[in-house]
Amino acid sequence: MTWLTDFWRSSIGGKVTMAVTGVLLFGFVVAHLLGNLLLLAGPDAINSYAKWLHDKGPLLWVARIGLIAIFLLHIVTAIRLSRANKVARPVAYAKEATMQASMASRSMLWSGLSLLVFVVYHLLHFTFGVTNAEHFAKKAAPSTAAWNGHDVHAMVVASFQVPVIAIAYAAFQLVLFLHLLHGLQSFAQTLGVHHARYTPMIKKLSVLLAAAIAGGNVLLALSVLLGLVKGAA
Amino acid sequence: MRISLHIWRQSKKSTKANFKQDGKMVRYQLDHVSPDMSFLEMLDVLNEQLTKKGEEPVAFDHDCREGVCGSCGVMIDGEAHGPESGTTTCQLHMRSFRDGAEIWVEPWRAAAFPVVKDLVVDRSAFDRVVQSGAFISVNTGAPQDANAIPVPKADADRAFDAATCIGCGACVAACKNASAMLFVGAKVSHFLHLPQGRVEREQRARHLVAAMDQEGFGNCTNQNECEAACPKEIPVRVIAEMNREFVRAKVRQEPVSSKRVGGDG
Ligand code: HEM
Ligand code: SF4
Ligand code: FES
Repeated sequence: MTWLTDFWRSSIGGKVTMAVTGVLLFGFVVAHLLGNLLLLAGPDAINSYAKWLHDKGPLLWVARIGLIAIFLLHIVTAIRLSRANKVARPVAYAKEATMQASMASRSMLWSGLSLLVFVVYHLLHFTFGVTNAEHFAKKAAPSTAAWNGHDVHAMVVASFQVPVIAIAYAAFQLVLFLHLLHGLQSFAQTLGVHHARYTPMIKKLSVLLAAAIAGGNVLLALSVLLGLVKGAA
Repeated sequence: MRISLHIWRQSKKSTKANFKQDGKMVRYQLDHVSPDMSFLEMLDVLNEQLTKKGEEPVAFDHDCREGVCGSCGVMIDGEAHGPESGTTTCQLHMRSFRDGAEIWVEPWRAAAFPVVKDLVVDRSAFDRVVQSGAFISVNTGAPQDANAIPVPKADADRAFDAATCIGCGACVAACKNASAMLFVGAKVSHFLHLPQGRVEREQRARHLVAAMDQEGFGNCTNQNECEAACPKEIPVRVIAEMNREFVRAKVRQEPVSSKRVGGDG
């Protein structure tokens, strides 16, 4: 155990923790998007997907608790490292200059903390049904496969038909894009992957993946807002 | 050329308690600067004027003045060693600035490098890191035939890239997190690619990283500012190598047991 905590406390151990938890969170974000793209395939598709997930019972809880633990570890380590970095530079330069650090790389703590705020809102919205209880309460027809009769499709469509909600979700994807943009290429370097040929490819791939994730989420919100995905009549 | 300088003046050594209030930026003006002067020669001219006026000259570190010793680094307009890439402050010339320029000159800023006076910082943290393991601990005797141990060209080049580090501290100064990972990575990489160095690779990685953390340097966030600032253009590849070496060394570390005598921690 002390071996593990010593590792975590070291500078590189902290970085590796960020990279491993970060990439697991990335994996979640990918799975989350793929599942939600079923929204485009109609009410039955996404409702039976929701039912399938909930039918997993204890397994779903293992996944949820694991995800929360990973998320917390990512945040706690981020805060520890960021504080140590502030302490390491006690006096700022009177004249600051940046030579090649990207904007995304310099705003990781802020994009990350904004993600945290967004995740809390997102859970209150779609998981706990607190912020828009009337959308959460929508019921599917008894004949269709849906978890507890809960109509995920109708809930999401009703929410994203509200322009403020859809636009806020879409705009927020820019923050996720920035975090993943630096996060994905950083991940490779932190875990020791650096190569004259592959590193430039990894950087391009980071842009592509970050854009695909953010773009996919934007697509979902906007396709409802623009009326391409409609609720049941 | 006419040059205006804003220079950090500080008379007492910084300590943890007084890091912030110990000095201030002071403006000076030089009216006859030759574009062929080096940056340090320009400071020499300033110091002559200050001495004539009975003022305290500006303290700055320098030794070789030919870009090999690593002592002359200062922050110039927010850039370590100034605006030219791959160039130390002593090799920077005033022709890199325009006539009438206002130039800001500050010491390296890092908790691990306390300011001693004006632009001079104490970089002994680097020495302690090196003493913790950036060497080969067996006596290798007299030089043997150069080709007795074959080293592939690619490996020799990688080791040499890292070995060109002059320990100037620009990487720490330029890093937004005051991280020393380019410097320490250079030490790891320097030995990693050579057969003599590979023998102690695990304990070296553990000891260097522990010493680096002990000195209070920050943590790399892969922004690569160090690489842009390094006068020897050491690539961030060495940081990836250090990360890999450290994880490998930690994974292979044996628990300290009563049966095992010694052990390197
Ligand atoms: C959807 C949630 C999130 C995902 C997918 C994610 C993903 C990532 C990835 C892949 C990395 C790269 C790791 C590395 O440097 O090697 C990273 C780094 C980081 N994340 Fe997150 N993260 C998320 C949430 C957060 C949150 C809530 C915070 C709040 C503090 C945060 C703060 C950071 C910081 C400070 C770094 C280090 C940046 C650096 O080294 O430059 N992240 N994240
Ligand atoms: S790595 Fe480069 S910037 Fe850092 S101490 Fe060595 S020579 Fe100076
Ligand atoms: S004085 Fe030696 S490197 Fe500049």
